[in-house]
Amino acid sequence: MTNPDPMAEIRASFFIECEELLEAMQDGLQTMDDGQQDSETINVVFRAVHSIKGGAGAFGLEPLVRFAHRYETVMDQVRSETLAITSDLLKLFFRAADHLSDLVRLCRDDMDIPQAEGDAILAELDLHAGATPAEEEDEDIDFQPLGLSLDLDFGDDDDTTGTSSYRITFAPATEMFETGNDAVPILRALADLGDCTTTCDAERVPALASLAPETPYLSWTVMLSTTAAIDEITSVFEFVDGLCTFAIEPVDNEVGFSDEAFPDLPPLDLLPEPEEVELPPLDMLPEPAEQISAPVEDTPVVAPKNEKPARTAPASPNAVVRVDLDRIERLVNLVGELVINQAMLAQSLESTTLSPHSDAMRGLGEFQRLTRDIQDSVMMIRAQPVKSMFQRMSRIVREASAAVGKDVRLVTDGENTEVDKTVIERLADPLTHMIRNAVDHGLEDTDARIAAGKPSQGQVRLSAAHRSGRVVIEIKDDGGGINRPRVKQIAIDKGLIPADSTLSDSEIDNLLFLPGFSTAATVSDLSGRGVGMDVVRTAIQALSGRISISSTKGEGTTFSISLPLTLAVLDGMVIKVADETLVIPLNVVTETLTLRADNLDEIQPGLAVVRVRGSMVPLFDLGRHLGYRKQKETYVDDIVLLISKEDGNQAALIVDEIQDQRQVVIKGLDDNFYRAPGIAAATILGDGQIALILDPSDIVTQAAQDAGHPNVPQKLEA
Amino acid sequence: MSLEILAVDDSRTMRDMIRLALEPEGFTVHTADDGVHGTEVLSSINPDVIITDINMPRMDGFGFIDAVRDQNHHRATPILVLTTEAAPELKMRARKAGASGWIVKPFDPVKLVKALHMVSG
Repeated sequence: MTNPDPMAEIRASFFIECEELLEAMQDGLQTMDDGQQDSETINVVFRAVHSIKGGAGAFGLEPLVRFAHRYETVMDQVRSETLAITSDLLKLFFRAADHLSDLVRLCRDDMDIPQAEGDAILAELDLHAGATPAEEEDEDIDFQPLGLSLDLDFGDDDDTTGTSSYRITFAPATEMFETGNDAVPILRALADLGDCTTTCDAERVPALASLAPETPYLSWTVMLSTTAAIDEITSVFEFVDGLCTFAIEPVDNEVGFSDEAFPDLPPLDLLPEPEEVELPPLDMLPEPAEQISAPVEDTPVVAPKNEKPARTAPASPNAVVRVDLDRIERLVNLVGELVINQAMLAQSLESTTLSPHSDAMRGLGEFQRLTRDIQDSVMMIRAQPVKSMFQRMSRIVREASAAVGKDVRLVTDGENTEVDKTVIERLADPLTHMIRNAVDHGLEDTDARIAAGKPSQGQVRLSAAHRSGRVVIEIKDDGGGINRPRVKQIAIDKGLIPADSTLSDSEIDNLLFLPGFSTAATVSDLSGRGVGMDVVRTAIQALSGRISISSTKGEGTTFSISLPLTLAVLDGMVIKVADETLVIPLNVVTETLTLRADNLDEIQPGLAVVRVRGSMVPLFDLGRHLGYRKQKETYVDDIVLLISKEDGNQAALIVDEIQDQRQVVIKGLDDNFYRAPGIAAATILGDGQIALILDPSDIVTQAAQDAGHPNVPQKLEA
Repeated sequence: MSLEILAVDDSRTMRDMIRLALEPEGFTVHTADDGVHGTEVLSSINPDVIITDINMPRMDGFGFIDAVRDQNHHRATPILVLTTEAAPELKMRARKAGASGWIVKPFDPVKLVKALHMVSG
């Protein structure tokens, strides 16, 4: 196995951790916004920013560190209650959080970082913090070893290249040991710097009877001859500075260390201090006793503990393993093979004369159950809660509502609902668009809301739930509902429907999904980007999903998206055309019917339509368009599938036989195969037969082009 | 003899970094996610040095140091505090709580190793 650069690995895992932290931060801010501003919530947000800063520092991500630091500073003031939380400040925190997310992603992708927005937020943050940026910056460059005021001799030392000699005196105080420091490592570190002679002054050690075990009695004098600068010697004492008395004095090189090594004066200087701490020994006398009894008492308690925690300890609360997506992909594929294999085995066993109570058949039943469990578990690996996406949407709402000057609150529900990772990723764009639409078009202006007796703050509810093997995501606003007369008028004006058509409410609602439909009288810079609901519908259908709309005047509009749990398995209809077995995604099939002479109209040879409840639907013979057979003489008594295309148009496909409805495992056709129009993928059926999975929209588009069908609009494609 | 280290930090990145810096140098590294977890892990190992972060959920670094120092056999175990702030007050507070020394994040691996040798003797 290849082992890539460990730093790159950690960097990658840092960004994953960042996503978690950003999520926690958003959650915390949301909780604060909901009015729960306890210290733990604030702490969570603070820690998230703090940890991002810490990690960013380790990877030298300067812009991220800088922003996080100043954000954290203000947060800290809130935490220490020197700064009160106002709704303005919270809004700013949200904005800063959004910007921080941006920075994290930009840093992750090594992109350029635009300055302006961050600076603006920082300026506002600083305003709240009451600190000038300059002050902050100063605080940033801090860590320096604490220098000792020996500047006097500094000049002399500097020009002596090579070794210099120092006399270092060192006497620990009691506190030094209380912090877990010890004299030996310090003496050793000094010895590591060069040649040294160390003398220990043990004069103050009392008789054993009066010796307090935790009181330092010893002091040392070290004559050091070193090339190290005095700073480096000082740094040895960094951790114990203030917990001991020490002095570093340069000694003339010429003199070297002769008998000067034992000048008694400096140690005498030190005497007063240790003497001060000589009083406590009396108080501390009980301690040794405690110390002796304690371990005895401890051992039996600790020993049994030793076994259990040893095993539980490494398993942190939510242990996570990072796995390459490719490996999961491979596993999903293999499980797909397994499912197929199991189906084949079942089929061949059923064709034997084995009794259903035989061991083999019972074993098969068990095998089927296991296979299903494995399949479900594997799909679970790719499943992720929709929470991260919902959080992105709350940002969209904040930005969109600010842009159109409406006060909007996003309420989310079921954010722990799990959906296939790929589905979540591909759902982000359509959802963003729908949320923007809800804020921009769905909700009324504040004035209109008040006039209608509604709360001035509009609400957009985003919810997710599992419903009969699918995921249903709803976007619901409490706005004015769809203005149906206006929608209809626009559709007529744009020539999308005939002026005299009578449409039901739901048919009018569905006009929104027509390509080229946009209700905004003035194109706002928010939703009017040439992207209509038709694009949303196309994206949802590409995920094998369905989207529907419902609206009540004065109460609001709800868009409901229903999605399969995974993209690896498809609900398909198994059909037969000219002796070929094919699969059509079930979600596009709206109806099946049999052609009769009275609902069939042949416009010209090879060009026919079927009349379904008053509308004319173009008819296509799958067998002919897939090249399996020639033009049929007559279509009477043929079976047709009515399919609804992504652009909202319908088409009817002639098939010979409908065999089954079942879940099929999607097998991608790799690049070795010719990319045939109308063929999406393939699957292997239970009898081992390979069946192609059709893309009906593509077939119809192709066929309409060939036949020059007049009333089938061309699919909008570049 | 390889030194045994317990590193307590709520950031996975930091724990990974510490591991990466120390394991090639021959240290045995145990990790914990926060103060509470740290005390749990501590009950089953006997580290030569403890490294701890300050800002952590459930039990912060100060609380953790207190908890460690309360155990008799860890009264003298060296504890290094990992902190992003190098502010003197924080160092003093850490020391008051019983920390032996501090390492400023982002840490220099060489310095960390040196500091560990420094406090462990």
